[in-house]
Amino acid sequence: MIPTLLLTATVLVVTIVLAIPLGAYMHRVYAGEMFWASRLLGPVERLTYRLIGTSPEREMDWKRYALAILLFNLAGGLFLYVLLLLQGHLPFNPMHFSGVAPGSAFNTAVSFITNTNWQDYSGGSTMSYLSQMLGLTVQNFLSAATGIVILLPIIRALVRHNTKDLGNFWVDMTRTVLYVLIPLSVIFSLILMQQGVVQTLSGAIHADLIAPFTSGGKTILQQVIHIGPVASQESIMMLGNNGGGFFNMNDAHPFENPTGLTNFLETIAMILIPVGLVFLFGQMTKARKTAWAILVSMLILFIPLTLVSQHFELAGNPIFHQLDVTQTNHAALAGGGNMEGVEDRIGAGASALFATVATATSTGAANCAYDSFIPLSGGINLFLMQLGEVVFGGVGSGLASFLAFMIFAVFLGGLMVGRTPEFLGKKIGSFEIKMTSLSILIMPLFVLIGTAIAATTVAGRAGVFNPGPHGFSEMLYAVTSPANNNGSAFGGLSSDTRFYNLLTGICILFGRYWVYLPLLALAGALAEKKKTPAGSGTLSTHTPIFIGLTVGVILLVGALNFFPALALGPIAEQLAPVSHVMTH
Amino acid sequence: MNKPLENASRPNAQDGDHQGVRAAVMGDLKSTLLLFLLLVVITGLIYPLTMTGVGQLLFPHQANGSLIKEHGRVVGSALIGQYFREPEYFWSRPSATSPMPYNAAGSSASNLGPNNPVLAQHVAARVKALKAADPAEKGRVPVDLVTSSASGLDPDISIAAARYQIPRIAKAGGLDPTVLQHLVQENTHYPLLGYIGEPVVNVLKLNLALHARYAQKHPEANHVTH
Repeated sequence: MIPTLLLTATVLVVTIVLAIPLGAYMHRVYAGEMFWASRLLGPVERLTYRLIGTSPEREMDWKRYALAILLFNLAGGLFLYVLLLLQGHLPFNPMHFSGVAPGSAFNTAVSFITNTNWQDYSGGSTMSYLSQMLGLTVQNFLSAATGIVILLPIIRALVRHNTKDLGNFWVDMTRTVLYVLIPLSVIFSLILMQQGVVQTLSGAIHADLIAPFTSGGKTILQQVIHIGPVASQESIMMLGNNGGGFFNMNDAHPFENPTGLTNFLETIAMILIPVGLVFLFGQMTKARKTAWAILVSMLILFIPLTLVSQHFELAGNPIFHQLDVTQTNHAALAGGGNMEGVEDRIGAGASALFATVATATSTGAANCAYDSFIPLSGGINLFLMQLGEVVFGGVGSGLASFLAFMIFAVFLGGLMVGRTPEFLGKKIGSFEIKMTSLSILIMPLFVLIGTAIAATTVAGRAGVFNPGPHGFSEMLYAVTSPANNNGSAFGGLSSDTRFYNLLTGICILFGRYWVYLPLLALAGALAEKKKTPAGSGTLSTHTPIFIGLTVGVILLVGALNFFPALALGPIAEQLAPVSHVMTH
Repeated sequence: MNKPLENASRPNAQDGDHQGVRAAVMGDLKSTLLLFLLLVVITGLIYPLTMTGVGQLLFPHQANGSLIKEHGRVVGSALIGQYFREPEYFWSRPSATSPMPYNAAGSSASNLGPNNPVLAQHVAARVKALKAADPAEKGRVPVDLVTSSASGLDPDISIAAARYQIPRIAKAGGLDPTVLQHLVQENTHYPLLGYIGEPVVNVLKLNLALHARYAQKHPEANHVTH
């Protein structure tokens, strides 16, 4: 456990150390400051504005901003859908994959424009290189940028007063991609390639085996190794909280995650921008203490759940103890813990950390098989998503949702002390609370109803792979993950069916747009309010009491909504006696 | 802050306003689509193609799959595991890929739940096979040697799993166990700072070293024929 604890601490410390300057950098970028980066990239930025006919001075109200987001995403979805259908007729297809089936293409398009990256297809053996680059890599950038672009007007609404102006969508989008996502991805791609992540346009490699073997009556003389332009996609897939892998097994595949170092960096990459945005929030609002309070709240939720998950994964599978197997962890010999569906170079402890980071953020990447996790560890994955992707959360969208919870906590605090609730000098009225509640409650509604539909229909149960309560967990996961725009999965479930393509597609769309449009409306309302200076009765938003209140609200909403469902799945399975399993 | 130039958001005028709104929306649509296409070109073509060029220039070995060549032929990738079932070679971890194990054209995990009886059956069968291959070995089997990896392509085994197999290989291959221990040591990769990653042994590299030794011992037999 000690190496795992050290790893976890290092990941968090390095992330925070990197995120502080990143937040300051993003602050200068979005303020349009003239500094070294804008001297470098300014010409491209200004050319872009000239081509599309806009300028940073021309701002939008919330409706126009929201409409631009929707149009931009709609264009992205249609483009991707058509590209996937037609890939068989297009270049950069050395393995000659045919067009993606319409159901899967719809699901993939919806999934990738919303930063979900739920994959009902098998990465390396479905998508042409053109689809991976021009389709999926593009949306890895643009959906991540969309998340940040959703957050910016919400922060501005807290800073500004008596205005309708919330920023210019095109400018925010351009700056996010140009100044934040591309430079970080270039740096990260280089590191990944140095470590062994492939980046080529050549087709598959055929290796001659030194020890041919027979399988299914056939003699196997060669190994066909799929490669491709992986590093360029891998970097933004992690940094942008996308998580949709180039290959089927995602970050467990050695070409996506070849070493312990890449695993460490990929874990950091998932939380770097979300934490950076917390510091950006502190810079923009000048409420630096509140920013730290947000970070501390996130860590209070994240660390205990991670430690529990790591504990169970390192302890191993109790059933194996009866099978003459040793699961002991020796720091010097390794290989201990619950190793089913875990890679040796990564190990059980680091896999559990990766899993909680990938589900606490909306990344949903996987360096191990979540379906084979110890039940409670898999349950922690589920619970982190069910909290509404607010612990770090998706890039931008996560902090946006977290702010919604803070406003809700302020409201509750206001009720307790009998004062008008205020958040950073903005009075919170009934409209704001309505929008916040709407945003918070839509996701549970879709998850619970969706799971109920899956569990009660033949089509829903047909996809289940593992027996007993685990099968229920698979269905719960398959609805929770898309509805929270996460994208990770219990991989045993057969999700490329008409039923699941439709169900997950709908959950993804509502989970993205119905959750964040109310928050943009909230931003519109807040921006028009005047800023009242903090008085003696103002509930301070950076005290331990307020941190406790926010964490309490998040946990309470999550637990009340989902505890019954979790009790039927992971909790029931965790409590199943070993003897019962063995005699099944 | 500056005012928006278009009046899409201003609810003032009544007639002529519809047209104004429409023009504004069309203008926004045009800007949005143009920006989308521009960013598609930048992030979907310029960026990945540049990275491909840079990768091929700076890290040609890694960018092309860390391939291992022998006598001019590619025999595998240092990062992708292979299937070994002869008793004189180190066995890799079980692989759940189909139709054959270690199918590097389709990575896959078993996805078996921890309490799924099928998983227990698989593990029990693997333990049995290992014990059958080396009846003298009485110790408990290291877990990674009887559980399938996540990718189905795991190139490594733990040091414990490598050491466990040494007596069997020594007997089947007619090699001195200390030589094997030395080979394991040579092909072990230790984690950065001792805790970033896990110590692992690369199975393909290890078996290539064994392959060379067997070829030396029986040059006429050419131990493995194609």
